[in-house]
Formats: sequence, structure tokens, C-alpha cells
Amino acid sequence: MGNTLAEKLWQSHVVRQVEGEPDLLYIDLHLVHEVTSPQAFEGLRTAGRPVRRPDLTVATEDHNVPTTLGPVTDLVSRTQLEALKANCKEFGIVHHERGNLGQGIVHVIGPELGLTQPGMTIVCGDSHTSTHGAFGALAFGIGTSEVEHVLATQTLPLKPFKTMAINVNGTLAPGVSSKDIILAVINKIGTGGGQGYVLEYRGSAIESLSMEGRMTICNMSIEAGARAGMVAPDQTTFGYVQGRAHAPTGADWDAAVEAWTTLRTDDDAVFDAEVDIDADSLTPFVTWGTNPGQSVPLGESVPDPDTFGDEDDKGAASRALEYMGLTAGTPMRDLDIDVVFLGSCTNGRIEDLRIAAGILQGRRLADGLQMLIVPGSHAVRLQAQDEGLDKIFLDAGAEWRLAGCSMCLGMNPDQLKPEQRCASTSNRNFEGRQGAKSRTHLVSPEVAAATAIRGTLSSPADLMEGAK
Amino acid sequence: MDAFSTHTGIGVPIRRSNIDTDQIIPASYLKRVSRTGFEDGLFARWREKADFVLNQPAYAAGSVLVTGPDFGTGSSREHAVWALQQYGFRVVISARFGDIFRGNSGKAGLLCAQVSHDDAELLLKYLENEPGAEVSVDLEARQIIAGDIVTTFEVDEYTAWRLENGLDDISLTMQHDEDIAAYEGARPAYKPVVRDVKPVVPTQA
Repeated sequence: MGNTLAEKLWQSHVVRQVEGEPDLLYIDLHLVHEVTSPQAFEGLRTAGRPVRRPDLTVATEDHNVPTTLGPVTDLVSRTQLEALKANCKEFGIVHHERGNLGQGIVHVIGPELGLTQPGMTIVCGDSHTSTHGAFGALAFGIGTSEVEHVLATQTLPLKPFKTMAINVNGTLAPGVSSKDIILAVINKIGTGGGQGYVLEYRGSAIESLSMEGRMTICNMSIEAGARAGMVAPDQTTFGYVQGRAHAPTGADWDAAVEAWTTLRTDDDAVFDAEVDIDADSLTPFVTWGTNPGQSVPLGESVPDPDTFGDEDDKGAASRALEYMGLTAGTPMRDLDIDVVFLGSCTNGRIEDLRIAAGILQGRRLADGLQMLIVPGSHAVRLQAQDEGLDKIFLDAGAEWRLAGCSMCLGMNPDQLKPEQRCASTSNRNFEGRQGAKSRTHLVSPEVAAATAIRGTLSSPADLMEGAK
Repeated sequence: MDAFSTHTGIGVPIRRSNIDTDQIIPASYLKRVSRTGFEDGLFARWREKADFVLNQPAYAAGSVLVTGPDFGTGSSREHAVWALQQYGFRVVISARFGDIFRGNSGKAGLLCAQVSHDDAELLLKYLENEPGAEVSVDLEARQIIAGDIVTTFEVDEYTAWRLENGLDDISLTMQHDEDIAAYEGARPAYKPVVRDVKPVVPTQA
């Protein structure tokens, strides 16, 4: 019997395998940011341990940073940013701080710098590390104790994952994107459905996606409970990596591509579970509740909690409606939106900005609506400006910000006011995620941009002449 | 890490599924650079409400948390584990846990005891009806006792062994330094090493 991609990646990183103990896996790349690392560095210092491989470690500032010009005025945030800087200096780690061209959201800069490559193991103290699986890497989020463990040993003891195939076949309709695929997957298998699994996204709809689209899907694997998600590398992957700052060159490039080409699930491999999604029938998905599985197609209405069979789901739905200030039966398209957030490690890449610009061009935001457009990295910001996208955003009345995690999580100045309703391209609609009492609807960049124009949850098709 | 063998303490019922780590500790409480002082952030948004279970005197000194399924989903923040521990919790009992949260708990010494959905329901009902009642958890026997309820729980063997012995993962791994060095010596040359360079954005069609 053959092996799945996930199994191949696992096996090629085993440092030590002993019956009754977790496997010890080697880590090829460790991404570090300011929030989950200070206690890990402190642990190293207390124990007198060095960082084993500073050359396989890279740091950036993202969660805490303001996305407007000027100093970091929040003292506690500043302390955390300064701690990261001092720790990187002390332990010899490359650090991309604010103002540096390499700075940005940790999951945007890894691929952008060419550090994220097929066949690697990649970890970070952030659950959205699954993003890097889009390159055919085994990438997953870890806690601070594990951050310290990787800093000290460049390895992690891990119990093998089970494998799940997510087969997405067919062709996406115009206005439907990778975000809708992953929201549909989470809706289908639930927020706990992927627990203990590595998800492999396969099928014609996945193969036809750009790297940006694949990253959006892998990014939200954790929202289905899976620590990692991946896509087998192909020409699209190689094309993205080639020429980037850390990409192999010359004979190394040829050797790498030869090795990467073998990173596919064997035809006779068997997954522990399989799920099928029909891309042809997908329409834009939006969330109505307070976890990413609580979603419906945009054309439907807020569900009635009594229609849920499971008692836990029923209770969760009625609590969610109360928190979200929603009434069962209200069409999703009728929901008035106060703020639109375009950005995050899910949808803050150049392709996402281009999509939004295409919809916003020549139009104006709905009266009273605020739209934040936050590039995922400094380099994405500059690229967008080179393409003139910033002008389109500003002309439409949107705010064009500096790179960071921004309104994805309530940790920096970009937060919603209590009970403000936001259409957000980020990944979590948890209670309070975007600020105390904030109300989040997760959407694609297409829906975000169309919503910004109409002021209610909308798809690009709603902007066409003759649409009601 | 302190070793864990048995623990008896007041049980705290929270009848909710999908308690993500943003609920356990909101992001605004994550800004410390130390490993202590996170107890104030525990369930901070819920504790603003007077009727929240930890605001009721009978439950306030609780140390065994019983919740609905999928506890600890979402963000990888280990601060969620620290906040629970620093408030005084030693054990969380649930039918399912988020993978990263469970891993973090094992590293930091908080026991995640996985029980059947029915047993979680029995324990929730018991603790809701008997405020301040105690729950006993025996790691070696994998047993939970609360009033007349006697049941078992699951925890993976390796984590249990580490908890029972209070072992630090890093020193365990460092005993295998030769294996790590041997693996490192055989890594392909094309694998990247980090250099302090600017991103190059290739022109794309």
C-alpha cells in the first residue's frame, strides 16, 4: 500500500522512532512573532540553553503592531515588541521589524521570502501556520512550550496524525472563491471534524487555484479542528517559489524540483477519511454565528436554532444569535454592515487586494460604512501601490493601512466598537474576536468588496445592473 | 513542571460547546512577556456577567472544570492553559479537546481528561445541582469520582507518563542529541537557511 503526502512528509522528518514514545520530528523552519515567544526565550535563558539553529528561525512583528504611521503608543504592546527585538539580537535570529521591507504577517512573509518550500516541516506559535501547507509542506501551529522546545532542539516529539482527503472537484462559478470552498468544508465537517487529522485538499478545483487561493484554504484548516492542511506541489507551486529570495538556484533548484515532484499521495494510498465537495454548486458562503462552522450560503437566511438536531448545536446556535443580534429567518443579504475588513493571513495577499480593487474600481463605499484594507505584508503593500490599487481603494473611500494582523484579532488598535457588525475576510468569528462585543461575519474578498459598496452582505453579482 | 497523581477539588460546570481559546483568554490579555499573571484574563468577558459560574461563591474556588465538547479550539495561545492554571484549575474534563490546546496542557501540567459525551453530561448535571461539590481525579487509575458518579477518562499514555513524573520535554529530547545531529548532517543542500535579505517579488503575469 502506498503513502499519502502527509505520511511521506512525516517519514522524511523522523529523527527518532521508538515504540511507545512519540516520534521525534525535525523542523525545517521556525517562524516567530512577538506574542507567543517571550516566555519561550525566557525559558531558554533560565536554563542556559542556546537556540540550536538560529539559521532556521525567522522573526517578524505582526499581532500587536498598529497599521497607521507613528510610534507604538500602547506600552504593553511596545514592551512585547521590544522583547522580541532584544531576544532576536541575543540569540542571533533574523528579525523583520516594523518599517523593514520583510515585515508582515508571519504567514505572508514566509512564502514571500521564499522560505516556505515544498517538503518542509514548518512550525510557528500560531494556529494559522497551516497556511504553509499550500506548498506541500507539513506546517502546524504550536504552543509556547513547543516554541521553546523547537528553539532548543529544532525538533518536536509528536504523535502521528490521521489523514483526511478533502476532494474538491468541478469549476467555481464567477464570484466564488477559495474562501467559499474552505467555509463550505468547515460547515460540512464541523469545527471539530478535523481533530487529529491532517487534511489534504485535492481535486480539479484545488489544482486550478493560485498559490494565494490554496493558502487561503490551508490557512483555515485549524477552523475545522485540523492542525495542518496541505496541497500537493505542482507547477503552480514551483512557479511561485522560483526566483524568490530564499529559493534554491542552479543545480540546487533542479535537485529540489526533482525531490518535490515525488511529493504526491500514491495512487494506492488510503486516507483514514474522505470528504467530497462539489465546486460547481458552490455559492458565496457567509457565517452567521460565533464559530466558523456556523455558516450558510449568502442567498439563505439566518437559521432557526430549533432546526438543529443536536442539543449542543441548538444551544450554541441560540447563544450565537443572541450574541450576534440576529433573528432567525432574516435573509443574510438584509444584514446591515458597519465595517468591512479586508486583510489577515487568510486574505491579505496581493491577489485578494486585486480582486477587491476590481470590484471597488469606480465605485464608492456605502454611506457611513468604514472599510479597512490591510496588506498582509510590507511587500504586498508596495506591490499593490506599484499596481495603483491603493488609489482605487482611497478613491472608493476605504482606508489603506500598513501591514499587520490588524482587525483579525483584538490585540492592536484596529478593533470594532461593541455591537458593530463587520464583514471580515479573516478567519475567526468568535465572540469578542474583533473587540469586546464585536459581531463578525466571515466572507470572501469578493463578498467583502461588494458589501462595502451596498452596505449589506452582498456578492459581486448584486452590483450588476438589473440586480435587485 | 509539577508532577500530577491525584487531585480533588470543587467542580465547575460550563455547559457550552466550542469554548475557543479567545473565550478562555481574550487577546487583549496576551501582552505580558512573563509566564505569570494571566488569571485575571481567564474567561474575562464572561466574568463581567454577575451570573457567570465563577462569580458564584460556591464555584469561585473551583479547580476541576467540566465543559461541553470541543474545549480549547482556535488560537494556539498557551496563555489559555496558563490562565486556567493560575486561576487554580488542575483538570479540565470534556468529551473533545482542540488538538493544540490539549498538547499545550500536557506540556504545562494541566490534565485534559477526555470522557464520553454521556459522562460529561452526567458530571455537568451533578455539578449544576450540587454547587460546590468536589470532583476527584486519579491519573494512574484514569478515574473520576463525583458524588455517586464513578467513571473513567482517556489521556494518551505518553502525556500521562510525563504528567505523573513531572518531566520536562526539552531535557528528554536533548538526550537524543546524536540522533538530531545525524539527521541534520543528512539534510538536502537545497533546504533554505534564513538570511537577512529583502523579499524579491517575481513579476507575475
